[in-house]
Amino acid sequence: MKEIEKTEYIKSKSKGERFFENWSLYKKNKAAVLGLIILMIFVLVAVFADWIIPYDAAIDQSSAERLQNPSSQHFFGTDRLGRDVFARIVHGSRRSLSLGVLTTFFSVLIGGFIGICCGYFGGKFDTIVMRLCDVAVSIPPLLFALAVVAALGANMTNLIIAITAISIPGYIRVVRSVILSIVEQEYIYAARMCGSRNGVIMFRHILPNAMGPILVQASMNVASMMLAAAGLSFIGMGVQAPTPEWGAMLNDAKDYMFKQPYLLIFPGSAIALSALSLNLVGDGLRDALDPRLRT
Amino acid sequence: MNTIRKENDNQKEVLLSVEHLRVNFKTDKAILNAVEDVSFKVYRGETLGIVGESGCGKSITCMSIMKLIQGNNVIYEDGKICFEDVNTLSLSDKALQEIRGKEIAYIFQEPMTALNPLYTIGNQMSEALRLHVKISKKEALKQCAHYLEKVKIPNPNEVLMRYPFSLSGGMRQRVMIAMALITNSKLIIADEPTTALDVTIQAQILDLMKELQGEFGCSYIFITHDLGVISEVSDRVAVMYGGRIVECADTDTMFEKAKHPYTIGLIASRPHGEMVEDRLPVIPGNVPSLNNKPQGCPFHPRCEAVMDQCRKSFPEAITYAPGHTVACWQYIKE
Repeated sequence: MKEIEKTEYIKSKSKGERFFENWSLYKKNKAAVLGLIILMIFVLVAVFADWIIPYDAAIDQSSAERLQNPSSQHFFGTDRLGRDVFARIVHGSRRSLSLGVLTTFFSVLIGGFIGICCGYFGGKFDTIVMRLCDVAVSIPPLLFALAVVAALGANMTNLIIAITAISIPGYIRVVRSVILSIVEQEYIYAARMCGSRNGVIMFRHILPNAMGPILVQASMNVASMMLAAAGLSFIGMGVQAPTPEWGAMLNDAKDYMFKQPYLLIFPGSAIALSALSLNLVGDGLRDALDPRLRT
Repeated sequence: MNTIRKENDNQKEVLLSVEHLRVNFKTDKAILNAVEDVSFKVYRGETLGIVGESGCGKSITCMSIMKLIQGNNVIYEDGKICFEDVNTLSLSDKALQEIRGKEIAYIFQEPMTALNPLYTIGNQMSEALRLHVKISKKEALKQCAHYLEKVKIPNPNEVLMRYPFSLSGGMRQRVMIAMALITNSKLIIADEPTTALDVTIQAQILDLMKELQGEFGCSYIFITHDLGVISEVSDRVAVMYGGRIVECADTDTMFEKAKHPYTIGLIASRPHGEMVEDRLPVIPGNVPSLNNKPQGCPFHPRCEAVMDQCRKSFPEAITYAPGHTVACWQYIKE
């Protein structure tokens, strides 16, 4: 009995230690910590948006309160239809963040799967997929997404499909290259020599070892996905009115650029700040998870 | 001569026989013959040592027994590898999975990289066991601890919970050996299991492997380039050069009456007690690379007894004495 208690103590300690080690490396990078704080604020705002300000405030139009300057009643002023900009930014964070996260999630899932198959099985399948990726990468991504949305119709679902589609080739490449370096490791031969099936080797032995670089790529990518979504919404091909979305808000506001510049400043800085924080977090993760920087 | 050999075969049961194995790698430029016409037998309960310089095809030969080397650029040509009368080269992946780990186990060269860094020792060992034996996880862990104890790991229950990074090279190597033994494999291929270890641990591990052979009656194929290790552990020795077996004999014969010039050179270049000169004798030249192997006998550019015939073709292996085969033109009489 004593023996068991002892062993369990060791197990939990080594897991905790690993987390602690990663965190202590991460927090050395002050910019990354700042990025994490900003990101956490955005996430909290998105989660508790309804508590901060009711959704009605973001879509209720009132011609009497058009184009107001920031005031105690409307923190960020009102837009051309008299909607509260602060409420639209708060609720827009839900769209923007979930767009970034969802599209990243799907492209990691799909691109990751194809990438693993490419790296693990190799051969003709690998060659064909890689050449297709080359073709896909040669098309300007935003243009490609635009074509997809134009073909399928402009709404949130199609926006996700379009943006996912443009980022899949990148993931296939990243995942494949990571997998290629792991497949040749001896413990993979050892696993095969133990009689493990291909599926077990791929998802139990290779994938967890490739997770570090994939996570880093994903966290960096959320930002560019958000920017792409905002960009598409800006040209009217993304989230449709009256749903609040940062890119669409910029589009709405562009006619008032000189008259009411804050209409652009607030959603613009929301996009810039969240993208910056995600990139900082991605940088920090890359440094913290890179085993070569360990001492 | 032939009748004597047959008698020999009858006394001991053949566990594995490799016949005319060829492994080629296809590259953009050419087809490289990594292993050419290799034949050998492993009997039940014996240890076969395979010696040779780096890059002579030892590991590739042994990995192809389990068809571990696969891919679009690997070609197995008309060879046969019979393990208990089953040709493993013709088996499907699924059938191979049944044999891998259960019937034939492999101990890898590098203890530092042969364990998955993300899983605990217990996790990996019990997985290897549970692939072939239907028992509960708890039961499997108990068994693992038992085998770790067998390979003299102190505190096996604690080690089961540890990650590979917290074990030393010697301990990892022992874990690898325990993992290979746990399924009671009939054949264990040990690919330089001791090169990464220091000499004291090396001796311990060799003793241990011998001990376990006595206990379980398994056969070993022992790949190494360390003649000292070979003389200690193996019953028979096969010497490989340039993808071919040049000489095969039992260990005593090999060390006392080696016939092939390469084997003679190899044994002579070993440090020994009564050394008079300061320098070790060496075999001049280098191992030929795969993409420009010399014609004929691959050893001829470095051989002192080279003849015209050697440059033309590779000699058939002949039986020089019972159980002693050698492939050299010197011993082939018209």
